[in-house]
Amino acid sequence: MNIFLNFLIASVLAGTPLLFGTIGEIMNEKAGHLNLGVEGMMAMGACAGFMAGFMSNNLLIALLAAFAAGMIGALIYAILTITFMADQNVTGLTLTIFGVGISNFFGEYMLVHSETNSLKLPEQITAQLSNINIPFLTDIPVIGPLLFNYNAFVYLGILTAILCGIYLNHTKLGLNVRAIGENPGAADAAGIKVTKLKYFNVMLGGGICGIGGAYCSMIINGGVWMSNSVNGMGWIAVALVIFASWSPTKAIFGSFVFGGFNILKYYFPKSIITIPNAFYDMLPFIITALVLVITSIRKSKENSQPASCGVNYFREER
Amino acid sequence: MKKLFKIVLTLGLVLTLFTACAQKPAAQEPAAQEPSETKEFPAIAKEDIKVGVIHIGNPADGSGYTYAHDQGIVGMQEAIGLEDSQIIRKNNVNDSDPTATETAILECIEEGCNIIFGTSWGYMDTMEALAAEYPDVIFSHGSGYKSNDANFNNYFGRIYQARYLTGIAAGLKTESNLIGYVAAMGQDNSEVTGGLDAFALGVYSVNPDAKVYVKVTNSWFSPEEETNAAKALLGEGCDVIAQHCDTPNPQLEAEKAGAFGIGYNSDMSKDAPKATLTSAVWNWAAYYTWAVENAVNGTWTGENYYGGMKEGLIAISPINESIVADGTIEAIESAEKSMLDGSFNVFDGVIETNDGSTVGEEGKTLDDATITGGINWYFKTVTVK
Repeated sequence: MNIFLNFLIASVLAGTPLLFGTIGEIMNEKAGHLNLGVEGMMAMGACAGFMAGFMSNNLLIALLAAFAAGMIGALIYAILTITFMADQNVTGLTLTIFGVGISNFFGEYMLVHSETNSLKLPEQITAQLSNINIPFLTDIPVIGPLLFNYNAFVYLGILTAILCGIYLNHTKLGLNVRAIGENPGAADAAGIKVTKLKYFNVMLGGGICGIGGAYCSMIINGGVWMSNSVNGMGWIAVALVIFASWSPTKAIFGSFVFGGFNILKYYFPKSIITIPNAFYDMLPFIITALVLVITSIRKSKENSQPASCGVNYFREER
Repeated sequence: MKKLFKIVLTLGLVLTLFTACAQKPAAQEPAAQEPSETKEFPAIAKEDIKVGVIHIGNPADGSGYTYAHDQGIVGMQEAIGLEDSQIIRKNNVNDSDPTATETAILECIEEGCNIIFGTSWGYMDTMEALAAEYPDVIFSHGSGYKSNDANFNNYFGRIYQARYLTGIAAGLKTESNLIGYVAAMGQDNSEVTGGLDAFALGVYSVNPDAKVYVKVTNSWFSPEEETNAAKALLGEGCDVIAQHCDTPNPQLEAEKAGAFGIGYNSDMSKDAPKATLTSAVWNWAAYYTWAVENAVNGTWTGENYYGGMKEGLIAISPINESIVADGTIEAIESAEKSMLDGSFNVFDGVIETNDGSTVGEEGKTLDDATITGGINWYFKTVTVK
């Protein structure tokens, strides 16, 4: 029982960076832009968030910096794909390489110029990053640690997912964005400002990815700077978008499930049955493939990729 | 006119292709003609030495495997007195990508390197091939097992000696009698498994009741996997976390949980001062200095290097006196002494494994070949979780 509880808690923690990456990518894809640069934007957020936190000793400033860095990454992508109509896949891949590179570059620069050849977050921000204790609620057995004793990022992630869900499904702006993702020509004819909204959504998504990156560098690495801290999580987030069927609220569940798959090998009792680790590492991707197959059989328009995702919108060719 | 230009251009391209094809075998010929007869290495003047280093990670990480190797290069540079321009580093060279490895090494050769160190396992086959192609360049590969007795040797060390000593610190410190171990690779990797067994033997020597729980990450470098493995071990009641992986994350996770840890590669008390009891560390400068000195003196023979504490290659980092259990320092010192005078070699006598069988013989110790390539069993107190 205790191990199971630990497993659930660890799943949530392992899923949180994926949650941010997934919501960010959903915001991109809903506007018709398949952005493969999630890994890069997360890496930029990881570096900016960590360094801002390191220097300002304030979590809020760190989060803002991570958001801004992710947005700058997305802005590069947006200018290239929305304004200059560059190929989305290639631009996204380039953004990944660029983001990881620049993040390591600045991290290295800071390390070399630090006194002890090590960057560790100061006390105050470490305290802000530790698990939140809610009086009474945290003390409830089982439910307390399961629901009310995480770090601030976890709650922020869930809140972001819910807000993005409301934005996409229940606001005029969000519905316009979805119209663009399905058929930008029709949306344009209906008077929606396609370019402007695309920029807005792509950059918003990039900022959210950036916060996911900050989680990697600040929480997973225990507050010590390390190169390559995102280490492939951005790619899992891209797969997770499919698993969550392009819905931010389903992404909450999806990312925790993926987080669970990621750590299953450490919690599954070896005394019952010994399965090679490679099998566990493979699980999330098998499930993603299955989800793809099932959704394509069901042909549900609601749960599939926006129709014009990956295709640039060129007004003159409408 | 345009057509004519196109034809000329095409012809030009075809010609270049032909000449390129014709040149390639010519360049390879000398290597093919010279079979692997023992080659005398003339002394290379100190000013003419150029060292190439192929790193899997980034030395600027400040901790871990690549950092430890690079500290060794820096130490060698100081000991021998080389200029900065005499050392060429290739960082973040993926060791599972032979093309990237080959490119990095060829770049080093082009820039005039006459001795090249490859620090990661996966560079082995590429280095072997290039060593045959460039017999004048010294290739030295860490952690593998291949060599050619001439310009390609292999170097590694008896890190298990240091692991045994750190096991003593962990065994004395644990109160729950459960010690966690984050291992990069599983049972079939002798480097990891042998180190883990040495650690467990060290624990057993001072605390026969303590168990060692192991979680395998299946990756040499993976920040989130290492954090998650340590978290799971702490959740199962381990109060000391040792590790064979690259990042200090298991130490940081232990610190966060108010537990303790044993670091690896470099002194990890820098990262987790409240948790790290001590670390099993490499002092690669001992080897790099030895190798480059041989090249300078003309005494390079291509022999393999397998150093230990005696050679100064292996050590444990300063013990964190404020958090270790009483008597730790004395216990470690006496074990260290018997290792240095040769009366004790860690894998001595008959050793019981966790599947009920035994290895080794009374009065003997495991030979080096077995230790580097043949330890695929776990000591009896070890459980893979």
